Amino acid sequence: MDRFTEKQKKELKEIGIAFVLFVILMIAEHMGLFPDTTGGMIAELLLYLVPYFIVGHDVVRKCLIGIKNRQLFDESFLMTLATIGAFGCREFGEAVAVMLFYQVGEFFQGYAVGKSRGSIADLMSMAPDFANREAEDGSIEVIDPDDIEVGDILVIKPGEKVPTDGIVIEGSGFVNTSALTGESLPRLVSEGEQVISGCINGETLLRIKAEKEFDDCTVSQILELVEEASSRKSVTENFITRFAHYYTPAVVIAAVILAFIPPLISGHFTAEFGKWVLRACTFLVISCPCALVISVPLAFFGGIGAASSKGVLVKGSNYLELLANLDTVVSDKTGTLTEGRFRVATVETAEGYDKDEIIRYAAAAEAGSTHPIAAAIIEACDDPIAQSKIKDVRNVAGKGITAKAGSDTITVGNRGFFDEEGINLPEIDAKVSGTNCYVAKNGKYIGTIIVADVPKKGAKEAISEMLKAGVRSVIMLTGDSEKVASAVAAELGITEYRAELLPQDKVSVVEDLLDGLRKEAGSGEKADKKRGRLAFIGDGINDAPVLSVADVGIAMGSLGSDAAIEAADVVIMDDDIGRMPAVMGIARKTLGISKQNIAFALLVKFACLVLGALGIANMWVAVFADVGVAVICILNSMRMLKR
Amino acid sequence: MKKKFKLIDLDCANCAAKMEEAVKKIDGVTDASVSFMTQKMMIEADDEIFDKVVDEAVKCIAKVEPDCKVVL
Repeated sequence: MDRFTEKQKKELKEIGIAFVLFVILMIAEHMGLFPDTTGGMIAELLLYLVPYFIVGHDVVRKCLIGIKNRQLFDESFLMTLATIGAFGCREFGEAVAVMLFYQVGEFFQGYAVGKSRGSIADLMSMAPDFANREAEDGSIEVIDPDDIEVGDILVIKPGEKVPTDGIVIEGSGFVNTSALTGESLPRLVSEGEQVISGCINGETLLRIKAEKEFDDCTVSQILELVEEASSRKSVTENFITRFAHYYTPAVVIAAVILAFIPPLISGHFTAEFGKWVLRACTFLVISCPCALVISVPLAFFGGIGAASSKGVLVKGSNYLELLANLDTVVSDKTGTLTEGRFRVATVETAEGYDKDEIIRYAAAAEAGSTHPIAAAIIEACDDPIAQSKIKDVRNVAGKGITAKAGSDTITVGNRGFFDEEGINLPEIDAKVSGTNCYVAKNGKYIGTIIVADVPKKGAKEAISEMLKAGVRSVIMLTGDSEKVASAVAAELGITEYRAELLPQDKVSVVEDLLDGLRKEAGSGEKADKKRGRLAFIGDGINDAPVLSVADVGIAMGSLGSDAAIEAADVVIMDDDIGRMPAVMGIARKTLGISKQNIAFALLVKFACLVLGALGIANMWVAVFADVGVAVICILNSMRMLKR
Repeated sequence: MKKKFKLIDLDCANCAAKMEEAVKKIDGVTDASVSFMTQKMMIEADDEIFDKVVDEAVKCIAKVEPDCKVVL
């Protein structure tokens, strides 16, 4: 790609020529080459008009069209008026300089915006550029992803992007999902499994069958969401747009007052008028609103880009703003804070046995079972007893299992099963709540395996970080029993939870919490805007109604789930709750940057207004201030994109 | 109906804000946004009058920034 667009090249050329002419004229003027007669002045004016129009023809043209369309107070109009004012005061050099600097600034501003737009696009560079379609005769044709039809057989070579969502029909290997999920560990896919577009194929060749057209695939949806995100504007953005709406006319009116009132008061109207008109022109230059207006959306756009590079989709600038100041975080338990499936939480041992041994025996007995508890025990076993040694398996549904492993008889089951088998069980005081699986060898109790839905790795840290970041309370909701809920809550450091909830209860709990926040803020629309905000985190599939009730609905682990992406405001692509603090951090940084930008832009503008009114700052200082502020704000916003 | 349009040569952030305001005021538009960052305009309006609304919106945009073109 070219460094500059055609338009930019043309602008650069115009700026260059005008600058050279301007310098020559300035030198000529200082050498006194223009005689101090009316003729000399007219010649000087005409000569200065040449670089003025070379560099400013577009501005003047836009100004004229603007007047025709009754679009006063736009930048072109203000700049043209200010420079005409300067010409009128015989400050030809200054007029040209202002136009020149304005165009230089505009050029730089446009370039910087384009750059930042480009780097955000790079962050989201997950869209595939092509697909290899295999025809029936086995030949391969390279096609545009848009031309993929459902059912097409696509060949994905090592290192290529998966062009659309599909099912692997041949080959297996690792795919890198980091562009979508931010997760750096590659994911293993094999025949019959789904692959999602935007993943990068690892080292093996995959043949997939397209399940979706490109427009409906995961990547397209994500890109669309991120693009749409900037149309849901944040409060800060709306504030600054509204501010600009009043700011420009106000400064223009101030300029008019400045031009006429002080010379009238001074009593030497004709002598003083020119000086004040020049100062008024400085006001006109400062009244250009773009630096202000550009400063905020850029920060938010960067924030959304930064979040998506971490595998978190934020569907609007407004949600990013809310995430920065959450008061209450309500989270579903199963699948969000916990793994959502059974795992061996702990093993209690009888005298003389170790944990591995107990798991090894239990896994041997359960080897043929598909029960979720059996699966958890088998998964926990690193060193299984050979299948051939296991025989005489007797499975009593819902109770337990016995089997012979070599010469030993193993019994695994609940208390009822042990009573039936006549095996003596001691009282066991487990510190972890969950389902107890007792294990006996040759009729003698050897230990207890406690199987539970364990908290996710990083969940505890995520919660404590959220609390540290200013979230007042984290509340866990679950349909599970009080006992399980209190155990998980204690383990995760959650002080508040609601257990034994039916799905519809979750909605009413969240509504009650929202009511509480509203009451706290007091009545009235203004108070409601300031009230604490509530986020709900859920798996996105069963929780759609709750997601929509909360101020911010966050769905987790929803890569490839259209329904969840639809229902949520924020989507965490993988199922790592640990991304929450990171995203809240991005949100706060975004808000911080946008506030810095606003404060900086306003400060410089007002300083220039004051200095301009006093005659200390002249017009081209004002131009520099205006575009300089814009460029600094852009650079500041670019910080969002640093990884 | 909701539709997105690409805008070419949308050069100033304030113009984008003005365009958005103007397009929102068109009769029959239920929602509209102009994003300076993505250079896109979104219009939501009733199906029957959608084409008319879009024509109107194109005119609004030309008024605010003469050089900005809407890709239909």
